[in-house]
Amino acid sequence: MDQAEATEKIVTALKKKKGKTKFYFNDLCKILGEKPRPAKKLINKMIIDEVLEYWSSGSTTLYSLKGVGKQAAAEHED
Amino acid sequence: MAKHETPLLDQLETGPWPSFVTDMKREAESRAKNERNIEYQIPQDCCDDLLGVLELSFKHGRTHWKHGGIVGVFGYGGGVIGRYCDQPEMFPGVAHFHTMRVSQPAGKFYTTKYLEDICDLWERRGSGLTNMHGSTGDIIFLGTTTPQLEEVFWELGHNLNQDLGGSGSNLRTPADCVGAARCEWACFDTQAICHDFTVEYQDELHRPAFPYKFKFKFDGCPNCCVASIARADLAFVGTWRDDIKIDQEAVKAYVGGELPPNGGSHSGRDWGPFDIRKEVIDLCPTGCMRYEDGKLEINTPECYRCMHCINVMPRALRIGNDRGCSIFAGAKAPILDGAQMGSLIVPFIKVEEPYDEIKETVIEPIWDWWMEEGKNRERLGELMKRQGFQKLLEVTGFKPDARMVQEPRTNPYIFWKEDEVEGGFDRDINEYRKYHQR
Repeated sequence: MDQAEATEKIVTALKKKKGKTKFYFNDLCKILGEKPRPAKKLINKMIIDEVLEYWSSGSTTLYSLKGVGKQAAAEHED
Repeated sequence: MAKHETPLLDQLETGPWPSFVTDMKREAESRAKNERNIEYQIPQDCCDDLLGVLELSFKHGRTHWKHGGIVGVFGYGGGVIGRYCDQPEMFPGVAHFHTMRVSQPAGKFYTTKYLEDICDLWERRGSGLTNMHGSTGDIIFLGTTTPQLEEVFWELGHNLNQDLGGSGSNLRTPADCVGAARCEWACFDTQAICHDFTVEYQDELHRPAFPYKFKFKFDGCPNCCVASIARADLAFVGTWRDDIKIDQEAVKAYVGGELPPNGGSHSGRDWGPFDIRKEVIDLCPTGCMRYEDGKLEINTPECYRCMHCINVMPRALRIGNDRGCSIFAGAKAPILDGAQMGSLIVPFIKVEEPYDEIKETVIEPIWDWWMEEGKNRERLGELMKRQGFQKLLEVTGFKPDARMVQEPRTNPYIFWKEDEVEGGFDRDINEYRKYHQR
């Protein structure tokens, strides 16, 4: 799978999800239909390209589309 | 004059131990005076507000911190933990008060210059408050604002040659004991392997793709000073295969009272004369020691390296020469399923650079299995419990070994499979009935 196709798949799938903006790495792997290691390379590139962003509780990390969700506003970061 | 009244916190200072409240007050006072004319980049009174919000939390019996956040440094998924106060108007100094984890050096060796430099950096760009060190082992910088995160990261990387540590669903900063640098019991170079793994697994440290946290810890000997066996998903504990070296003259010196047992650590009162039978021989968990006619003997095949005799008589007994480590998988603190100790997966392996055997036969197969099969927020130990230790043996290709069984019949995870049994599990019932009635 090339990067553009992977990005398209992720963005489309995440935009479709209603009421949920943060996703586990495993959820993204399932969307891509890839094993974790190749999926990691594609997902990392999406972070660098600022398509996705990390959310961390300190113990767990989740992924979301950049700027989506109430976190940005709630934290006075916008 | 303190900014907030803190009667409840003040009580914490009245106990017999040093108090973190005193430390915070001291930093608050130092920031208020600013005798060194530091150009503070975050609110000067942040420590006062931190004391204030903590006092309020005690008063309300609930926290005033929100959970997590999206902040970080560019490209890194770990090292920064977003912390936001839910009373920003009352305590503006800690409205944003993010934590940064800084990767500690192997063995935690520092120069005073380095410590001064990181403290100066954090005084200027953060609250000045640190944890030395957090439970994972990192240097913890407590409290800064979002715009300072990249600035701190830049200065750490460019001026101090220093990286951030791990947090989130990442490999956490590997931690080790002081090892061969200061300890005669180190069975391998804990600092060398800790540093090597930290460098080798940078991607796993900074870019989260695991189901949950993952920890490596390295203990040079079974005394386990970093408690790897209780806390690390993969614990490396030093051990040896040959005999404990015995200096019979020194044994006699301990018995005769010329050498103090336990390195002289039992002090403060008269503990009576040293009794080798009561304090060593009878306490040996495997009963593999004998002291007769002034001669100490150890039956090595029975010894399981508990270290007690060596700890009591360090001048007389020394670790063997054929050294390496045992590897334990799946330890964790109690969140799901309660606390778990590590399970022995590799009884003995030589620890030699570049550690390819450990990386290729232990770490990477385990990671591949856990990344694929692990549920969200499931530690390796929980996956081992869910799918069975036998599955772990299958993915790593290790042969079952009696030493992996904790006690007979408690964890019999080694089962035959049909294709391993001649003729499979089917039988001819008529043939069977010839010999056995219903």
